[in-house]
Amino acid sequence: MSLPRESAVSGEIATSAWSSQQGAAALAASSPAEKRRAFDWRILLGFLLPIAIALLWEAGVRTGLVQGRLVPPPSRIFAALWALAETGELWTHVWVTLWRIASGFALGAVAGIVFGALSGASETIRRLLDPTLQALRAIPSIAWVPLFILWLGIFEASKVALIAVGVFFPVYLGIAGAILSVDRKLVEVGHVFRLSRFQLARRILLPAVLPEAVIALRSGLGLGFMFVVAAEFMGASEGLGYLLVDGQQMGKPDQILAAIIAFALLGKIADSLLVLLTKPLVRWQDTVRERL
Amino acid sequence: MLQLDHLSKTYADGTRALSDINLTVRNGEIVALVGGSGCGKTTLLRLIAGLDQASIGAIRLDGEALSGPHPSVGIVFQEPRLLPWLSVADNIAFGLDHLNGAERKARVKHALEKIGLSEHAERWPRDLSGGQQQRVAIARAFVTNPKVLLLDEPFSALDAFTRASLHEHLLALWEETRPTVVLVTHDVQEAVTLADRAVVMQPKPGRIFDELPLTLSRPRDKTGLPFETSVRRVLTALDHSLNTPQQQPQRERDRQAAALWW
Repeated sequence: MSLPRESAVSGEIATSAWSSQQGAAALAASSPAEKRRAFDWRILLGFLLPIAIALLWEAGVRTGLVQGRLVPPPSRIFAALWALAETGELWTHVWVTLWRIASGFALGAVAGIVFGALSGASETIRRLLDPTLQALRAIPSIAWVPLFILWLGIFEASKVALIAVGVFFPVYLGIAGAILSVDRKLVEVGHVFRLSRFQLARRILLPAVLPEAVIALRSGLGLGFMFVVAAEFMGASEGLGYLLVDGQQMGKPDQILAAIIAFALLGKIADSLLVLLTKPLVRWQDTVRERL
Repeated sequence: MLQLDHLSKTYADGTRALSDINLTVRNGEIVALVGGSGCGKTTLLRLIAGLDQASIGAIRLDGEALSGPHPSVGIVFQEPRLLPWLSVADNIAFGLDHLNGAERKARVKHALEKIGLSEHAERWPRDLSGGQQQRVAIARAFVTNPKVLLLDEPFSALDAFTRASLHEHLLALWEETRPTVVLVTHDVQEAVTLADRAVVMQPKPGRIFDELPLTLSRPRDKTGLPFETSVRRVLTALDHSLNTPQQQPQRERDRQAAALWW
């Protein structure tokens, strides 16, 4: 592989140009190595604002300039998080929430993949299914909550069902769209080699849709996190969403913010995990560095 | 022997892409289809490849009528059309699923050597240059040992040097099994470099205007006078084909004449 060496060389050139012509070098940063280096700096830049605000607020509360009752300073939020973690309470809630997301995501993603594949593969099935599904998609998913509670009860089933509904639509749309946009030219290669319908699906369609399928799954997972909160608002005794409601009712803003931070971390970790797991499937992709 | 009998293609919107094409290609012959744009060269190739269906007429290979993609007919497209998720070696092996592992490996290895990409066997197509990708595409078509190989302007997107080297790779591969080759091109030099016969086509509707035998000995000296003369002959025919759209040239005697010539 001569690629990394080449990019390293062009990266050096770009760095040497940096000192003389800053603007031009920044615009011309094209090689992946150079991009990665520039990206690192910008990540640090992104941390600057929230950290500065947190420090200012902390200082403001400590000096008594502002009152930290409704908007607690960072130290109190982390103390609340720490206390929850120490008693083990946090892990119970995290575990329950993750379990709900995982089962809802699994159900929704599998259904989305199956229906998306059917709808993408067959014109007849698409004409049959798609209008109904699009109509259902137009319903705000939260509107299902009362019905799900009536049908499935107040416990886990209705929550998992709501998350599954939220995950289903982006996955369905993504998969069906990906199949419809597979390059006709590659499909023709399959025809030339006389692949059967099944072989065509396995050897050309499936690999061709994988990158977009991964993106569909990621947006599905994102919605899963959104809907788990909605689901846990509708009467739960455990879960991060319950911590939110509890924090509101008990007037504990530090607990609310602690739960929000936990959500942010979990969401990011879950997304990274999904990217990591699916990376081997799409490592051939030319644009993989840009898209993931 | 590849025979096209009274082949016509009319699209659903009424466009007549091809009208009454009669052509016989001997086994092992290289025929170049040349002509202005829109004269149905590519359509003709897609009919032979079985990717489209003719409206009228028949295509026969050694007496067997072709009505769809056939194992003995291979095609190289204008673009490489490599599968980006397969390594170079796996791309070449794409049409060899019916063979056992050892035979498949041997054929792929041989093809890779022949196109000079052995050290790139495990790389992704995206890591190759355009010319290298097209070489892989040619190898993918050759490894199945087709009786007929169709080439749809496979070198048109490449620079002159790459094109010349690909001509050599192609002829080297062709020497091994001597398949029948039908080459679509708009490059007269290329036609004279590769083909035993140039078939000049005429647009609206696409039909055969003239056939010119190119009997230069191989390997062909591209700087010699005979080469120049042949190029000029084909160019002249091409000129006539574009300037006399109303004229009905020797269409009827095409088949008989071809049969007598060969």
